[in-house]
Amino acid sequence: MPAVLIEDVHKSYGSLEVLKGVSLSVETGQVVALIGRSGSGKSTMLRCVNGLEAFQSGRIEVAGHVVDQDQRRLRELRKDVGIVFQSYNLFPHLTVGQNIMLSPRITQNVPNDAARRLAEEVLAQVGLSDKFDSYPDNLSGGQQQRVAIARSLAMRPKVMLFDEVTSALDPELTGEVLLVMEKLAKDGMTMILVTHEMSFARNVADTTVFMHQGRIWESGASQQLFAEPKTVELANFVKGGSR
Amino acid sequence: MTTFGWPEAYFIVRAAGWTLLLTAIAFLIGSVLGGVLAIMRLSQVKLLRGFATGYILVIQSIPVLMVLFMSYYGLALFGIELPPFFAASASLALYVSAYLAEIWRGSIESVPFQQWEASASLAHSPAQTYRHVILPQAVRISLPPTVGFLVQLVKNTSIVSVVGFVELSRAGQLVNNATFQPFQIFTLVAAIYFAICFPLSRLSRHLEKVMNASRPH
Repeated sequence: MPAVLIEDVHKSYGSLEVLKGVSLSVETGQVVALIGRSGSGKSTMLRCVNGLEAFQSGRIEVAGHVVDQDQRRLRELRKDVGIVFQSYNLFPHLTVGQNIMLSPRITQNVPNDAARRLAEEVLAQVGLSDKFDSYPDNLSGGQQQRVAIARSLAMRPKVMLFDEVTSALDPELTGEVLLVMEKLAKDGMTMILVTHEMSFARNVADTTVFMHQGRIWESGASQQLFAEPKTVELANFVKGGSR
Repeated sequence: MTTFGWPEAYFIVRAAGWTLLLTAIAFLIGSVLGGVLAIMRLSQVKLLRGFATGYILVIQSIPVLMVLFMSYYGLALFGIELPPFFAASASLALYVSAYLAEIWRGSIESVPFQQWEASASLAHSPAQTYRHVILPQAVRISLPPTVGFLVQLVKNTSIVSVVGFVELSRAGQLVNNATFQPFQIFTLVAAIYFAICFPLSRLSRHLEKVMNASRPH
């Protein structure tokens, strides 16, 4: 039973079809990178997995939950599926510690002191133990993104989704975020990431999926996919540099 | 004929207490109603949204004076006689609710939608999202305009004098009728309004600065 199963998903905005029958299966502990040009549908695909985007047909199952638009069922799903966004989206009125403790407390009834220990633990995991009482505005982009990852981890997710998490960062800050993700991958987290970091996809992801015009154009073991693209589109995309 | 002296001045200052009380009651009731309306206005449920939109449109399009006349004289025709203080508080509360609802709706909407997404993605229910994520941010945004509106309300309470309720403005008129020393009397009345409103205006300005400084984006 795969951790994520996507079957023939179609999605359109009005008459514009952005996903034209996407199917993908991700095993537990596997790391899958989604690459492709802007508008290829990769972020939309990722956002369908935790129900942030509705889709018209097809089926998605993730961590044992079927994705539909029933809000109650979506909440159950989201306890098991974390997502990290390009723009971090930390809660600016809460400290780092409060950001992390909030969801375990209110959605899983974790008592306050246990939530605090949990927050300290995940903060240590992303190397920011000293920022517990800081406010997000006082952190660098890289630090904020690491806190966002920690906040998701505090929910003890079975699957983690990453939506271009380093795209908003200055180049010198992407490294620290990628390092955290790499460690997470090594620890066996099931991950799907939309990324423009080709070397990260190549070296960390088990599988890379190249999306083009709303379809999975080509996919395979990362090293091989980058070394020997089978389609002209992927070859051009890889040649064209990371962006 | 009496002249304007300490007893008259005391009478006016006492009446200022009624102005404050009226303001406080109208603001409190109006806040509760306004908060509910703001959330209804943003609801996914069409009926709630429609009702709130209609209510706000109607109240904002009618002078509060007409609401006051309708509740005081209009209901009297049907045998419902409201005491002036009650009619005044109720009418002002309706007026307050419609304006605060719009101020607060705007504040809620100015919280970036990514905050909703992040909150929903962490398995929060819509109520939890409002309570822990959206409202704390919206309240900060709404504080300066809300306090600014409160200043307007203090001054607008003067209209309830038309139904015979003796608040600050009406007290000034009464004393003037007896003493005919309008300059001294209305200077005092104006000074009292100023003493209430000026600190509030400054507070509003101050809050605006503080909020902008702490939220640069």
